[in-house]
Amino acid sequence: MRVTKSAAVAAALSLTAFAAQAATLEDVQARGELNCVVTTGVAGFAAPDENGRWEGFDVDFCRAVAAAVLGDGEKVKFIPTTGKTRFTVLNSGEGDILFRNTTETMSRDADLKLTFLPVNYYDGQGFMIRKELGVTSAKDLDGASVCIQTGTTTELNLADFFRINNISYEPVAIETNEEGITNYSGNRCDVYTTDASGLASTRAALDDPSAHIILPEIISKEPLGGAVRHGDDQWSDIAKWVVNALINAEELGITQANVEELASAAGDNPSINRMLGTESDMGAMVGLDAQWAVRAIKAVGNYGESFDRHIGPDTQIGLERGLNALWKDGGILYAAPIR
Amino acid sequence: MSEAIASQPQRNIISRLWNDKETRSVIIQIIAFAAIFAFFFFMVRNAISNLESIGKDISLDFLSQPSSYDISQSLIEYSSRSTHFRAMIVGILNTLLVAVFGVILATLVGFLLGVLRLSKNWLTNRLAYVYIEYVRNVPVLLHILLLHGIIVHSLPLPKNALNLGDAAFLTNRGFFIPSPNFEPLFWVVTGLFAAGIIFSIWFSRYAHKVQDATGRHYPVFWINLGAIIVVPVLAYFILGSPITWEIPELAGFNFKGGMVVRPEFVALWIALSFYTAAFIGEIVRSGISAISWGQTEAAAALGLSRGRILNLVIIPQALRIIIPPLTSQYLNLTKNSSLAIAIGYMDIVATIGGVTLNQTGREMESMTIVLLLYLTFSLLISSFMNWYNKRIKLVER
Repeated sequence: MRVTKSAAVAAALSLTAFAAQAATLEDVQARGELNCVVTTGVAGFAAPDENGRWEGFDVDFCRAVAAAVLGDGEKVKFIPTTGKTRFTVLNSGEGDILFRNTTETMSRDADLKLTFLPVNYYDGQGFMIRKELGVTSAKDLDGASVCIQTGTTTELNLADFFRINNISYEPVAIETNEEGITNYSGNRCDVYTTDASGLASTRAALDDPSAHIILPEIISKEPLGGAVRHGDDQWSDIAKWVVNALINAEELGITQANVEELASAAGDNPSINRMLGTESDMGAMVGLDAQWAVRAIKAVGNYGESFDRHIGPDTQIGLERGLNALWKDGGILYAAPIR
Repeated sequence: MSEAIASQPQRNIISRLWNDKETRSVIIQIIAFAAIFAFFFFMVRNAISNLESIGKDISLDFLSQPSSYDISQSLIEYSSRSTHFRAMIVGILNTLLVAVFGVILATLVGFLLGVLRLSKNWLTNRLAYVYIEYVRNVPVLLHILLLHGIIVHSLPLPKNALNLGDAAFLTNRGFFIPSPNFEPLFWVVTGLFAAGIIFSIWFSRYAHKVQDATGRHYPVFWINLGAIIVVPVLAYFILGSPITWEIPELAGFNFKGGMVVRPEFVALWIALSFYTAAFIGEIVRSGISAISWGQTEAAAALGLSRGRILNLVIIPQALRIIIPPLTSQYLNLTKNSSLAIAIGYMDIVATIGGVTLNQTGREMESMTIVLLLYLTFSLLISSFMNWYNKRIKLVER
């Protein structure tokens, strides 16, 4: 009798042993490493460089969070995922946070049980086509073969766009971005479609970028942002405010170069003082120390610096700030204040 | 001796049970079964409780929602307004299409390879050998990607299409062929064809009976061929060819009208077939080699011709050896067709297990459906092959 009782207790314990944990911050700090879900490789956003070090705009956000939480932007394990596997990896607990050109939608938020972080890139779906075909509008694409990366919101937008405009097309749905580009450059498709930022990145990687144009139509709203699992508010608050801190840093003129100097003593701008922990301890509200934002900015710079370094006009990708300029510069980037 | 045993009655019931061969095996089986059951119970329970803890339930309601995505190759009516369930059916049909065509081609090529491997001609023999060793030692995914790459990169674009008699066009977007429109009279031809099949089944039995009774031999093959093929073809022309053809035409980016065989289908089909054929070739060779030469000599001594020796003596015995491993090759081919996603062929994995999964976020439900579908296909193939195997098995009297 005693034997069966203790066996039952052991069984009950082991059944709960693998249940998903709620306290992500503690897990990450105990592990000493942040598991960040990224793409399998989109130049400028997240891709390993020639030394195998992950680089890119999305990668910087991972590093910023790692710096805030662990004190070191290098303590990140990147988990490359396809469009199809990303949410499963996050929801299963394998990843702690996701920065993967991911569009915030209601169904993903509510049904897939994700909590989205502030938008870090305002995007929209576009089309890339060979110049020599002489097409100037997406409405002239009747009958075209279109390469899409499967497992993204692009498939839905594409189906809707062609149906609304009453034109036909042949979808060629490919698993990864790389295979998609191979098929497009091999002329299997006339058109390649994905978010405009992705198109710019793809175009830069083609043999002769100038032979391809991006059509003017943007057929969807794609607010791209990071995401965490539902149900851990402390963790989502940390991630959310790290993103906000990077955007606010640009607004307040805090850069990678001057952040340590500004943080050494309280200055006359209370907004800067609050963010950098020289006045009131904002970090304690989310379970971190006062220096959390200093470390994040020190690791990757402010939003604008990261943008310019990876995808800005001077890079191969060559994206303009456009909608992603700060609100005071004519864009719609508007982060909630840290106070 | 017997006293000594009696003096220690039931010294240890467990060790006695354990030392008994039969009870021991029963005990081990019970323990193993309980362990496996507990493991799966734990996994399923864990999955459900984890889903619950993040607030996800298990539900199949998503299947009746509109899918909102398009599929390039569909054997039934389908649009982005159709349901996810219909998208799944499209995927199932696409998987079955490539599996059925694949099994047929793999069998034909495989048997040919097997025969070539047995050839006494050194060159043919070696060529078949090199082919088999090369093909079966490279992963099939590479074959699929390679073939798809070759088709896409080497065939011309639609505007420079290879024109085959102004009716069919070969391009890197696919092989465009005329599609038939059946007029009412065509159903007469279809009816004759069906009648021909029924007749030939009856006639084969009848001829067999006559041969058993009298020894008279009918040319069954030629008469059946006439009934199934020649009569309907003649009727077709007598009725004035009651099919009109819709010819594909170049319009804008691509050809319109007619039917199209997509490069994704061709690449997958050919790669799977020729890959599996290499294995089937070896199975056929070993099956035929296993029939001793004495059988051939004995049959020849009875005065049978070479063809009849092969048909009546060698093949029936070789088939008994060939069929069981052949079954697993058919299963492999069907399962390998799930690699389709790599080149964008919309099979089960790409539809219900791919886009649907991602749009609805129902990974548990979708993957379970995919799993059950493959299991069903495999069990159906197995049971058919087992039935066939039983039929050709040596009848022991």
